[in-house]
Amino acid sequence: MTVVHDNLEKTQAKMSAKSVSVFYGDKKAIDEVSIDIPTEYVTAFIGPSGCGKSTFLRTLNRMNDTIPSARVEGEIDLDGQDIYRSGMDVVQLRARVGMVFQKPNPFPKSIYDNIAYGPKIHGLAEGKDELDAIVEKSLKRAGLWEEVKDRLQDSGTALSGGQQQRLCIARAIAVDPEVILMDEPCSALDPIATAKIEELIAELNGRYAIVIVTHSMQQAARVSQRTAFFHLGKMVEYGRTSDIFTNPHEQRTQDYITGRYG
Amino acid sequence: MSPAILLLLALGLGLAGWLAARARAWAFRRASPDGRLPSLPNYHAWYVALWIVLPVLAFVALWSAIAPGLVSQSVLASPAAADLPAFGFQRQTMLNEARAVATGAAPAVFNPEAAGLVEPYREALSHYNLIGIVVTLLIAFLGGVWAFLRLRPDFAARTKVERIVMAILLGASLVAILTTIGILASLVFETIRFFGMVSPVDFLFGTHWGPDPMASPENPDSSRYGAVPLFWGTLFIGAIIAMIVAIPLGLMSAIYLTQYANPALRRWIKPALEILAGVPTVVYGYFAALTIAPAIRDVALSLGATNPSSESALAAGLVMGVMIIPFVSSMADDSIAAVPQAMRDGSLAMGATTSETIRRVLVPAALPGIVAGIMLAVSRAIGETMIVVMAASTAANLSGNPLEAMTTVTVQIVAMLTGEGSFDHPATLSAFALGFVLFMVTLGLNFIALSVVKRYREAYE
Repeated sequence: MTVVHDNLEKTQAKMSAKSVSVFYGDKKAIDEVSIDIPTEYVTAFIGPSGCGKSTFLRTLNRMNDTIPSARVEGEIDLDGQDIYRSGMDVVQLRARVGMVFQKPNPFPKSIYDNIAYGPKIHGLAEGKDELDAIVEKSLKRAGLWEEVKDRLQDSGTALSGGQQQRLCIARAIAVDPEVILMDEPCSALDPIATAKIEELIAELNGRYAIVIVTHSMQQAARVSQRTAFFHLGKMVEYGRTSDIFTNPHEQRTQDYITGRYG
Repeated sequence: MSPAILLLLALGLGLAGWLAARARAWAFRRASPDGRLPSLPNYHAWYVALWIVLPVLAFVALWSAIAPGLVSQSVLASPAAADLPAFGFQRQTMLNEARAVATGAAPAVFNPEAAGLVEPYREALSHYNLIGIVVTLLIAFLGGVWAFLRLRPDFAARTKVERIVMAILLGASLVAILTTIGILASLVFETIRFFGMVSPVDFLFGTHWGPDPMASPENPDSSRYGAVPLFWGTLFIGAIIAMIVAIPLGLMSAIYLTQYANPALRRWIKPALEILAGVPTVVYGYFAALTIAPAIRDVALSLGATNPSSESALAAGLVMGVMIIPFVSSMADDSIAAVPQAMRDGSLAMGATTSETIRRVLVPAALPGIVAGIMLAVSRAIGETMIVVMAASTAANLSGNPLEAMTTVTVQIVAMLTGEGSFDHPATLSAFALGFVLFMVTLGLNFIALSVVKRYREAYE
């Protein structure tokens, strides 16, 4: 089948997948997906439940490695180098490609320690002052600083759901990644918290390559400039978000965005 | 014999009541216009059956407590009892003997004086058995009839039965609590008697332990009842040496099993570890006394120790540590496995390695469960007796040298209770005081463990 790359202007791909297939045991969850992910834009993956969009997202920082039965074929390049090549250090990869999960998952530590966790394990800060600076910068970028600056020693789990999710984004930012993967980051949040995360994504856009998996087509339309539509493990269509939503090439995309299924 | 028969009788009557009530409820149901009742026929049946069985059970419990007394009383009132020795041991022996013959437990009397009592005993027994059976039947009948007469088509039998079941469950849960209170009460009573003879200050802070069961019970030598060497031995063997072995090994095996082992291996190792918990402690005692203790002595000799003991705190502590590995590891295993996968993913996605994730996220998150497991293991270890008896001797010794013989609180409890002393001798009573201290310490440890778990339980969520 053809994947329509709708006359996108030439951009330098930060990550680029080439004929990627993912298997869980014998079951093929992702079938020959190829896509370029630019730094300049937010890329959204949409599609019905079980279409493989989250699975594909997790191949981008090799989180599928933690599932014993999962197997990846094909090539995924980060700045032109295959992340599945032998000798690739997963630890380094994940420091460059951060991830935010569906349900906020702050560690049961203080707000400060949640942010400091990544810089500590990667040795990014020499001494307390530098670490303090990283924590402050990350919280500011995540738009959480004003709300928590007086209680950095409180537990991260004591924050509200929306704050927890922004804490997780701040935690990902703290190791200064190049790509941030977000797996349905707003699905456990109320509309106001969701709006804040969406604003945050808009602010972070350009500084990091952002890939967001979302269930909500409105959200994809609001936050992304590029959209990929997944269905049954295949990427059906990929293009400018405005084109995908107003003028899709594929009948299945049309059916999905008009609510005929999904 | 009678309680068993009364119980069977009660069950039989209960069954009869059950069947009768069920038949009646079915009749209601057939007669009702829409063929439905608020409660199923079986609930009516259970309602009546419970009203028969429960009062009878209560009566049987009461009756088996008071009937023997009533029997003895009527035997003593008989003319044959006038010849009995007035008091004491002999009198009791004869009564017991006559009772044994009367119930058929013994073929004939040994003391001729008891022969005259057999007949009165037999009479009294059958008399009171008859009373017991009649009253049982009466109670069962009254309960059954009362319950049966209450049955109506719209009777809420379901609610009533549920309420009775709840009461039974409540009773079951009270048994354990009441037993604990009873144990504590009996310990406290004897402990107070002991502290009437030996000052608590001498007992709790004295450093010489050597009660003499042969000494006169009047004015005991308080300086021989200093329990500090025992507390130290218990602490040293159970809480220090054993824990130095059990905590790291237990934790490491839990971490390996939850985070690294493949499922097939885990299926083998986990049950194998748990078998350790099922080995009788006496068997560990053999192992400690016959294998470990001599080996430790030989090593000590070769390292230049002069005259090391063949029994040592180290041997007992090491083996005890191995014994409680499963306690630590299975609690730690459960609590590490209970940390949400999201925590692990979160850490791995930050680029942490598996071991960084374990050290910095999983173990801290699982800490309450791990601490609780350690507390339970400590209270198990300080209550342990057999290994210490066999491997660490019974001689009290206040020493920091693990190669020396030592003893613990539990060992001394056994030694004092099985000694020669009479029951009101301070040496014997000291066992209760020791038991009381041990009880309070383990209670305290369990309390701390529970509050730690409670305080930090919601750490992640």
